Parts: sequence; structure tokens; C-alpha cells
Amino acid sequence: MRQMSGAQMVCEAIIAEGVKTVFGYPGGAIMHVYDEIYKQKGFEHILNRHEQAAVHAADGYARATGEVGVAMVTSGPGFTNAVTGLATAYMDSIPLVVVSGQVPLSLIGTDGFQEIDAVGISRPCTKHNFLVRTLEELPRIFKEAFYIARSGRPGPVLVDVPKDITVDIGTFVYPDSVNIPSYKPTYKGNKRQIEKAVEAIKSAKKPLLYIGGGVVLSNAYKLVRELAAKTQIPAVETLMARGVMGAKNPLLLGMLGMHGNYASNMAMSETDLVISLGARFDDRVTGKLSEFAKYADIIHVDIDAANIGKLVDVDYPIVGDITEVLKAMLPQLDGVDANRYKAWRDVLNRYSELHPQSYIDSDEVIKPQWAIERIGELVGKDAIITSDVGQHQMWAAQHYPFDRPRQWINSGGLGTMGFGFPAAIGAKRAYPDKTVINITGDGSILMNMQELVTAAEYRTPVVNVILNNHFLGMVRQWQTFFYEKRYSETDLSFQPNFKALAEACGGIGYDVTTKSEFDAALKDAIRQDKVCFMNVAVNRFENVLPMVPAGGALFNMMLPQTIEGDA
Amino acid sequence: MPNILNERRVISVIVLNESSVLSRITSLFAARGYNIESLTVAPIPNSDMSHITIATNGSTKLMEQITKQLHKLIPVYKVIEHEEMVEKEMVLAKFPIAENLADISVLSAAYNGGVVNVGEEMIIVMVADEPKRIKHFIEAAQRYNPCEVVRGGVVAIER
Ligand SMILES: Cc1ncc(C[n+]2csc(CCOP(=O)(O)OP(=O)(O)O)c2C)c(N)n1
Ligand SMILES: [Mg+2]
Repeated sequence: MRQMSGAQMVCEAIIAEGVKTVFGYPGGAIMHVYDEIYKQKGFEHILNRHEQAAVHAADGYARATGEVGVAMVTSGPGFTNAVTGLATAYMDSIPLVVVSGQVPLSLIGTDGFQEIDAVGISRPCTKHNFLVRTLEELPRIFKEAFYIARSGRPGPVLVDVPKDITVDIGTFVYPDSVNIPSYKPTYKGNKRQIEKAVEAIKSAKKPLLYIGGGVVLSNAYKLVRELAAKTQIPAVETLMARGVMGAKNPLLLGMLGMHGNYASNMAMSETDLVISLGARFDDRVTGKLSEFAKYADIIHVDIDAANIGKLVDVDYPIVGDITEVLKAMLPQLDGVDANRYKAWRDVLNRYSELHPQSYIDSDEVIKPQWAIERIGELVGKDAIITSDVGQHQMWAAQHYPFDRPRQWINSGGLGTMGFGFPAAIGAKRAYPDKTVINITGDGSILMNMQELVTAAEYRTPVVNVILNNHFLGMVRQWQTFFYEKRYSETDLSFQPNFKALAEACGGIGYDVTTKSEFDAALKDAIRQDKVCFMNVAVNRFENVLPMVPAGGALFNMMLPQTIEGDA
Repeated sequence: MPNILNERRVISVIVLNESSVLSRITSLFAARGYNIESLTVAPIPNSDMSHITIATNGSTKLMEQITKQLHKLIPVYKVIEHEEMVEKEMVLAKFPIAENLADISVLSAAYNGGVVNVGEEMIIVMVADEPKRIKHFIEAAQRYNPCEVVRGGVVAIER
């Protein structure tokens, strides 16, 4: 039993959890911990240049690896800067442990310098949070924090540590196991319910696999592919599930939802049995709820019981981990006749041929969709793609040939501009040998551009492909469609010199206006050991299509050829 | 089904005793727009748990969602949403001494209570009864010009 300070216990706990990389930013209340970070050798610390970026980086690390990401911030403004990061991870169920400094216990409640109620503020955007009140409970709290973050439906956990506790000396014993009597996630699905669901699949005529981010979180993609292959049931993926089926999988119709493709949205509108795996019927996916899967019974597999029946009535609820449920389900489907759904697949294939995911390319100007497809051709399945939020994100989701889960990292639930670059840094720290590309916009990239310095300092060569339309393009698109082209505060004609900006921070910049420049710049960028900005001038008034207007029925899509150009 | 949309429900929540657990519950209700009609909390004897009783209203579907969301909170051990509950609420009421004390005393006796304190200017009564009857008591008491009525909130136990 070793005697040590609370600060050292924090480091020892992080090491005991096997964490290799911590992202963070120091300050008064967390300084004792930073003093111990200086002395230890168990993990590396990356100094991001903003706490929001530190949490996003830990988040990107977690999404790329499936492990718990760790970030560390100081009290007050350090913590409040981290809130967007927590909320982003919370909405996408990403396992994080964020450690924040807090004023000494004796000052709590006195409006002390840099005091803010961190557990109060973070309550609605964390899975759970802790304020450490005694040194004795610190090791247990860390053990529980990591356990809660990664078990059940994963999520971010905040541990707020008052400064005096980091100074106090005590014995450190890190618990081997966790016992929280009030927290016992359900992993195995109910046997009877699974049997009923299997019967429903066997008697359906037009079943559809509706695949959500939960499949990625559960590392269940092989089982899902097996399920599809065995039954020959067609599949649609949500934004969070891109890569699960693999781009070339003939059973994959594509992405569904607001910017889903025609076949996917029509499939959902006509199916008679939705097999929902780790999806949560988000409004951006369902459109008008009363029209969503109107003719279907619904099987809903989710580890979070509260997701089931929250928005739609479910006929076959199965609470459990997708991996466990599919392991139980697959053998029961042994005798299923794959020809049974052939007529249905034929209908859907015709839909795919009728309205494929398409755009009109150009030789005069780079089309953003072309740029994404080109990245796919040049770096393909090995690269990790992160993105920010806007049109570029939707085009990336639509056009990139994702081959495996965890290849596509984006903020789906919260839609946080500024997520992509720091998340790319996190992913690159986890996989230094992989090409990591952030597909971003001229608006989003500025929201965490200080990370150029972080990436340069740590020789973390991520490539930022800025699809520059000189607009807050997604908002501009809505203004075009729904606000009679009044472009209120979305024109970004005033621009920084992106190339010079990258260079000023120790990176490399490229200005790209033609396809050949694009190829040359991308090939050069991925060979570099420096962070890059590729400033790609793209067609300004390009729109993301198909589009289901917010609140509309999924089958009422605006399709490419029905929209006249704007420019 | 006319009444199904706004039925009154009582939910019992058994939680681990820790300082922030009540705020986790109330902020869950606030954040998700659930209504709290009354809320009581007290430790469960000889345990490290507390019993929280929440009276709320909404449809069956909403109740199911509230129950599940409550259950997701880490320190929540058990959530009981049951039709078969014995419910009681306590009320203290203060009346001017000049009012008809005999009537007040009879009234409170009719609602399982009685006079608990008499001062120079005021008389205090306590009653404990089912929430619906408590409402009636408070209405009836208005006749005697109560200066103050303090309700305790509903406590409930499964039958
Ligand atoms: C932090 C934050 N602020 C505002 C928004 C609203 N928003 C969504 S997309 C968008 C435009 C993004 O512009 P850009 O990064 O240039 O991408 P584009 O749509 O042009 O590809 C905005 C402002 C948001 N999602 N996140
Ligand atoms: Mg833009």
C-alpha cells in the first residue's frame, strides 16, 4: 500500500486504466495534477490549445479506438470551455473521462476565484459526474468513472477534483472491481423476445435493417454483416453507422434520413418490418414521425431501454447489447429462405437505379462531391475520415466509400462545428500510421483553428481538406430553399489566407482550384509529416441533395434534377 | 380514452443516498419537460438508500419514458410506478383563534387529524389523508380563514 498525494493518485488511476494519451490544458486548480504528470512516464500528455479541442481530441481518440478517451482541464473557464466537448460526446454516446480541477473544498460555495458548479453544469450532458469530497473515495471514484463511461450505453463522465484533495496524502489502493448496486446494464436480450423477433423476420415480406451508431459502439459490425448475408435483407445506415455494412456491400442501400438517398428513404417508407439495431429514431432520420415506416412492425434492439418506445411504438422491444442479441439471434435464422425477400430487393434495386446518389460534375469548378469521391479513390479504406458540420459533412457521409466502422468520425447528435480537426488529432495519436483526413468547411475549420499549433508541435500530420464555398453553406442552403434567398449572415466572402495561416502555425498550406491541383496537393499532403490545410475552392451554390425538408415525410424528397441551380 | 392523456401518477424512486441525487432527479424532470406536482424525500431506515415520492401527470407512454429515464440515473436503484399504491399526504394549517374552534377541530378529525398546537392568537391543526381528500379538506378549511396552509407532499407505498 503506497502513500501518495491525491494528484499522484489521479495519474496512477489513469495509468491503471491503461490510458496511453491524455489531452488537456493546465491551470490553477489542476496544477498539482500537472506536477505529477510532469514526473510520471505512464502516459503522454498532449497540450491542445483550447479545452474544447482537448475534449474533442479525447473523443476522436475514443471513437477511433473504442477505448475510453481522457481529457484534463482546470476549474472555472477551463471546465466551461470543455462543456461543448462533453455535450458532443454525450449525444453520440462516446466513452470519455474528463477530469476537471475545482477550487478547494473550503472555498466551494463562496464564489471563489475560478469557481463554477461543474457537476451542476455538466449534469445534463454527461452520463454521470462526480465531485470528489474526500481523498479516500478518489480511487473508487476513478474506477467507477471509467467503468460507467465504457459499460452499458457508453458516455462521458466528469470527475471534478478539488485542489486540496490533490494535495492531501493518503494510501492508494486501486480497486479491482466495481460494485454499484444501482447500475447494472442489461447485455443479454430477453430470450423470448428474441424468438418472437426471429418469427417476425421469417414471416415478413419486406424487412429492412435499420443500422445505427450503436452497432459501431458495440463492435458488432461483423455480426450485422453476417445477419444481412444470411438473410439477404437489405440495409440502410444512419449518419453514425457509415462503414458498418461496407460501401461495396450489395445489400446496402445507403444512408437514410434528411439527406439520405432515394432508395433508403423509400425502403423505410415501404418496409413491413424494421429491424432497428442501435438506432434511436432521431428526427433527422425519421422526418415526419407519423409517416415513418408507416406500414411496418418494429423490432428495436438497444442497450438503452429508454430509447425503446421513446418516439415510435415498438412491437418487438429487445433491451441488450447488439453483439449479445445477434449472437443469440443468428443461429435461429439458420433455415431462413433468402429468396423470400427477393421481390422486395428487386423493387429497391430499381429505386437505386432510378435515383442513384448523384451530382453533376464540372470541369470549370471543383464540385465538393467530386473532391470527396476523389479522396475515397486516393486513400480509400485505410484512411480515417473526420468531419465538421455542414454541407461538407453530409457530402462526406453520402459519397465517401466507407469500408469499416470507426473509419468515419463525426458529430452527429450535437452537430458541433469545430469538432473535426481536434477529433482528427485524437484519431491520429491513436493510429499514427494511418492517414487521417478532416473534411471540413471554411466556417467550421475556424472554430478550432488554434489546433494547427497543437498538431504542428506534436508532429501530428492530419490533413484538413477545406471544401471552401465561401459560405456557411448548410445554413445558406436552407436560406435558398426556405427563406427566399435572403442570405442573412452566411456569406463568408471575407476569408483568411488559409495557406498562410497553416504556415504561420508550423504547418503546410495548399490553395487548390483545379482537379489536377487537388490530386497533387492531396498526394503531397498525405506524405508530409506536418499538419496541412488544403484550401479547396468549390462551387459556391452547390446544394446537398436529396433533401427531406425538416418535419416532412421521408418519401417527399427534393431530388437533384428537380432543383434549379442558383449561381 | 379521454383521461389517459393527463392521468395523475405517483412514482416511487429508491436511490442511493448521496448529496447530489435529488438534483439529478429534479434536473432530469426540468430538462425533459416533465411535470412535478409534489416531491418528498426521506432516508429509508437502516439502509444507505432514500425513498423519493414524486406525484406527476401524463400519459401512460410518458410515464414509461419518465420511469426509464429515472432508471438510467446511476444512483437510482429502483423505480416503482404502480397503480396499487397507498398514498397519504400531510397538511398543517393555522387558523385565527377567533374562528369557530369546535368546527375546525371536527373538520380536522374527519380528515384523520386534530389540533396539534394552540397559542394565544392561533390554533394549528394537522391532518393526514389521501391526496384527493386533502384537497377537499383545504377547500373546506377556507371557511375558517386559515392564515397559512403547508402541504407535505405525497408519500406512497406499494400495496
Ligand atoms: C458550433 C455551431 N454553431 C453553429 C452551427 C450551425 N451550423 C450548422 S452548419 C453551419 C455552416 C457550416 O459552414 P461550413 O463549415 O463552411 O460548412 P459548409 O456547410 O459550407 O460545408 C452552421 C453555421 C453549428 N452546427 N455548430
Ligand atoms: Mg462553407
